[in-house]
Amino acid sequence: MSRLTDANVAIAYEIIGRYPRPKSALIPILHLAQEQDGYVAQDAMKHIADLVGVTSAEVFGTASFYEMFKFEPVGKYLLNICGTMSCALMGSEELMHHAEKRLGIKAGSTTPDGLITLEHAECQAACTEAPCLQVNYRYRFKMTPAELDTLIDDLAAGKLADEIPSHGVLATVRQHIPADRGVGAVAPEKVNESPEWLDGKSAL
Amino acid sequence: MTSTYAHAPGFVAGDRPKIVTSRFEFADSYTIERYLATNGYAGLRAALSQPAASVHDEVRNATVLGRGGAGFPAGTKWGLTPQEVWPRYLVVNGDESEPGTYKDRLLMERDPHQLIEGCLIACYAAGLSRCFLYIRGEMALAQERMAAALNEAYAAGFVGKNILGTKFSVDIVLHWGAGAYVVGEETALIESLEGNRGMPRLKPPFFPAANGLYGQPTIVNNVETLANLPWLLCNGSEAYTAIGTKTSPGTRMVAVSGHVKRPGVFEIINGVTTFRDLLYGEEFCGGIRNDNKLKAFVPGGGSAPWFTPDQLDLPFEASQVGPAGSMLGSGAIMVMDETTDIPAAALTLTRFYAHESCGKCTPCREGGTWLERILTRVVEGTGTDADLDQLVEVGSSICPGDFPHASNADLGLAAVPFPYKMTTICFVGPSAYAPVHSALTLFRSEFEARVTTRKRIPVTAAASSATGHAS
Repeated sequence: MSRLTDANVAIAYEIIGRYPRPKSALIPILHLAQEQDGYVAQDAMKHIADLVGVTSAEVFGTASFYEMFKFEPVGKYLLNICGTMSCALMGSEELMHHAEKRLGIKAGSTTPDGLITLEHAECQAACTEAPCLQVNYRYRFKMTPAELDTLIDDLAAGKLADEIPSHGVLATVRQHIPADRGVGAVAPEKVNESPEWLDGKSAL
Repeated sequence: MTSTYAHAPGFVAGDRPKIVTSRFEFADSYTIERYLATNGYAGLRAALSQPAASVHDEVRNATVLGRGGAGFPAGTKWGLTPQEVWPRYLVVNGDESEPGTYKDRLLMERDPHQLIEGCLIACYAAGLSRCFLYIRGEMALAQERMAAALNEAYAAGFVGKNILGTKFSVDIVLHWGAGAYVVGEETALIESLEGNRGMPRLKPPFFPAANGLYGQPTIVNNVETLANLPWLLCNGSEAYTAIGTKTSPGTRMVAVSGHVKRPGVFEIINGVTTFRDLLYGEEFCGGIRNDNKLKAFVPGGGSAPWFTPDQLDLPFEASQVGPAGSMLGSGAIMVMDETTDIPAAALTLTRFYAHESCGKCTPCREGGTWLERILTRVVEGTGTDADLDQLVEVGSSICPGDFPHASNADLGLAAVPFPYKMTTICFVGPSAYAPVHSALTLFRSEFEARVTTRKRIPVTAAASSATGHAS
């Protein structure tokens, strides 16, 4: 779809400014593009290439390695059901079967109304709360098929809009380094002396 | 006495020393107000009142073992950077994704300022001039809490230029990934942080301490490792080593999941607590669900060779768990009771590693997929006995030689000590084989019951009748 908006370009420049080399900002800015459009659009990748100073092939080369980046529109809600060992031991396979039946789609596809994309996910780091799932990377623990039904009903009714932003939005708080507080990023070749505080004396 | 908190699902507190989870009882533990009211940033002040070298000595004396998996002492790691090469960086590994493991996520969500303070102490002690905090992409809440905490800490003068009015200045940059297990490997983490595909680098020459981020000396530390530092600086290395054992001092975060009555994440005393305590102790998991029998358990995250009830009395001590045939890894125990379908359980892990292979090394890229396909066949009941041999053959091309496994009294097996030998750059490849090898070695009959025996054409008889000789 689109290039980054002016507001997002400003955020992108702020992110780039934190790294000694601009390319390091690639993944955070790809997330920004996905936050804007719900997926990473081709035009966005071209735009990011210009911002970061690499080719658009390099942008896609990096982006395509990582599972969270989607290059086609997905549902408003990405439903990831974990299937790795702890969740599998506690019944995640049944949960996945139930989800597929209830939504009428197979894992890896999107409901016709564009509301939910169902995915099989690998370990989500909530193993004691198995089986677990994430909706747009927000957790739901110890899920039963009945609870999954309620969750899907609530998503469809728009009841969880406050708690779960649409796909692409991760943290709702951004880091901001105030200009007068930040040390600033310097390319490594421009520094060749030990930090000031390594003078053998205490700092305080 | 144990307590759980609605605001920290999974965490179970007990009457044990708390080094990294002391604030988990407070619902607002992630705010700077709560942090400052509970001795927050006192460790930083203690550090800044000494020369950097003596802070480094304090950490070295405490033998703070790395909590990410390899267990290398942090103080020693900091000392491996080459002399007079600047700048040096700190990269915090918060890309927690080893199956069974979650502790770093809780530490970031529940006590982000503790991690920030730990980063600052490490940067001060080791002369690291910029810190990058790499959080796993899927952990939206951890990213949010860390971002908010960093904003608070900058505003309060704890991070950035002239910290607490001193000559010590360091930025902490929040960075987040986008879904790739292999990025938890330190050189892959650095590649990813440089904006590339997260593929591990060859060591040597790319030992991060000498040649890491942007080719500069880089210290990569795990979240939990750094979270230990504020307490250590407040209380001193003697108090730290008074907890646990000489070789494994302090505490450790351990997640126990699977078929236990009360799964949970616990801060345990290092080196002393045994697997039996954890699985059966009332202050921990309280036994196997429905009082079933224990069949097997994974002692240190999905990559670790499995243990059986024979190994229950081993303590959480690397020097004992390694020779017994496995590893403590990232502090994750996954428990299987007698009802577990062992080949299917092994498949869930092998599928994970096959899926997460970055594709750089052929034995892992191809071998992992082969293992997954063959094992799927076996689990679905369409495999043959030749498949079982093939699993071993493919596995041996990823990890040649005797593969580590636990002793087993019933089978008359003697332990082969960990670590693995491997034909790959990183541990993803061997990890795909570990569950297959353990399951096949310890529970071969379950596999044999699943496969059909091929009809064999008696080659020698056919050959002898053709030449007219009696067999």
